[in-house]
Amino acid sequence: MPAVDPSAVPSGPAVVVDGLVMTYDGVRAVDGLSLTVEAGTITAVLGPTGAGKTTTLETCEGYRAPQQGRVTVLGLDPQRDRQELLPRIGVMLQSGGAWSGVRAEEMLRHVASLHAHPLPVSLLVERLGLEDCGRTPYRRLSGGQQQRLALALAVVGRPELVFVDEPTAGMDPAARRTTWELLEELRADGVTVVLTTHYLEEAERLADHVHIIDRGRLIASGSPFELTRAGTTTSIRLVVTEPFPPSAPDALRAALGPDTEVTALNPQTLLITGPADATTLATVSDWCERTGVLPESLTLGKHTLEDVFLQLTGRELR
Amino acid sequence: MSGTFAPRPGAAPLLQQVRAQTLMEARLMLRNGEQLLLAVVIPLLVLVGGVLAADRLDLDLADGTPLEVLTPGVLALAVMSTSFTSLAIATGFERRYGVLKRLGTAPLPRSGLLTGKIGALLLVQVLQVVVVVGTALVMGWRPTAGPVGVLGAVVAAAAGTAAFASLGLFIAGTLRAEATLAAANLIYLLLMTGGAVVLPAATYGGYGDLAAWLPSGALGEGLRAALLDGAFPWLAVLVLLGWTTVGTVLTARTFTWE
Repeated sequence: MPAVDPSAVPSGPAVVVDGLVMTYDGVRAVDGLSLTVEAGTITAVLGPTGAGKTTTLETCEGYRAPQQGRVTVLGLDPQRDRQELLPRIGVMLQSGGAWSGVRAEEMLRHVASLHAHPLPVSLLVERLGLEDCGRTPYRRLSGGQQQRLALALAVVGRPELVFVDEPTAGMDPAARRTTWELLEELRADGVTVVLTTHYLEEAERLADHVHIIDRGRLIASGSPFELTRAGTTTSIRLVVTEPFPPSAPDALRAALGPDTEVTALNPQTLLITGPADATTLATVSDWCERTGVLPESLTLGKHTLEDVFLQLTGRELR
Repeated sequence: MSGTFAPRPGAAPLLQQVRAQTLMEARLMLRNGEQLLLAVVIPLLVLVGGVLAADRLDLDLADGTPLEVLTPGVLALAVMSTSFTSLAIATGFERRYGVLKRLGTAPLPRSGLLTGKIGALLLVQVLQVVVVVGTALVMGWRPTAGPVGVLGAVVAAAAGTAAFASLGLFIAGTLRAEATLAAANLIYLLLMTGGAVVLPAATYGGYGDLAAWLPSGALGEGLRAALLDGAFPWLAVLVLLGWTTVGTVLTARTFTWE
């Protein structure tokens, strides 16, 4: 395997998923999904549990063959060109991946020895704060330590492309920051990062590009900025004390006009997205009075990815 | 692009990868107390205990002194414990803990992983042979087999390793880790007592004719024929290769990596 020219700036798509369909037990886990990951970016695949994120990732990693559609990774077929592709990608599994009796540093050293030009093990140990547990058997590592080790295992072979599946689930805030910084440094050094997450904060902070998927389909795509139309839109989250009648949201939508979107999250919560000015607030207040409900809380905020997700799916993420 | 993480992908030379995998697996096997018990302690107990009991009870083992008959049998037991029970249990838990999945995305090809596993088995078996033969020599064993017998023993042990490893992987690839643990230990116990591995098939009476066709019986009879009579155990080797074929076909059809 020739080394990649270090001066080459990555460009073009690193991953192309085209019309992927994966069905398990009659359920379409992935339902005609198409998406692209540009080289050199951090791209987040965002969606609730069960949206098909892991299945899609595992198809890209060559664990599963596409039932329909095509997957191309670094220009290769993950199944047919497996041996050629494997050294060029790094994979962080959601859990497990090490012998229960292996010591953390020993495992890292082992995976390093399978690669031609691995990163120095000591460097990763230090960067990921694994110094204290280098000699600890895997089964005695905390969940966060296991995840940091899993990330180290994914990058130790100096891959061009890294897949990280829910990298910070269950991590404490300090470990999460360490992980984010490492992912950002990977991108700065020219590594493409594909990240699945259901933490919106993570996608907003890290990703150049976000693909939102739900029930195995792509429902929105763009930079966090594009998706949230930051600056022009805000959202109002209204919670009322009593359930409002089913027709009430339509009445509010009509009263607010076409620039505003109204989504009923549940019979007591509305998400109102659009220009949050005094007029809008007055209309909302008016609507409460006419509907006969009392506002319990009214939160004004910047339009977030979470709001985007709520509007697109009518469901909470998580 | 430059920087700490600048991509420079590549697989290590295959031989280096297989060597790393072999040493890693052998280290883990020797580090695990239960595996060590199975690989070394139980065979030694059977050898020493068996010889003492046979001397005390004045048992007639037909073909030679208790030490002469039991040493090849205990070597067969040692081969069986490592290539069947240890391998099955280790592989079962590797599936459960996602180790096979993790290594599935490392540059190590699956054939390399399998070669590493076999390499680790052979390393541990060399250690077992040294310990068992060393103990037998100290107890007064004087092997009489010539070059043909020694070659026959090595070939029978290799064929036995292949047969038991294929059957062990079949169990590990189909059952859950805990069920594999239970099944591999239970089968080991049954074969140790009733499988003509430690004691010659002839001592089992009529059932012995059947037991000699079991992988355990074939391995035990093969090692006894080679080390007691100095013969090349053609039949035993063929039986073991037959079991290898059965085990390999079953494993290839059913094994899943997760």
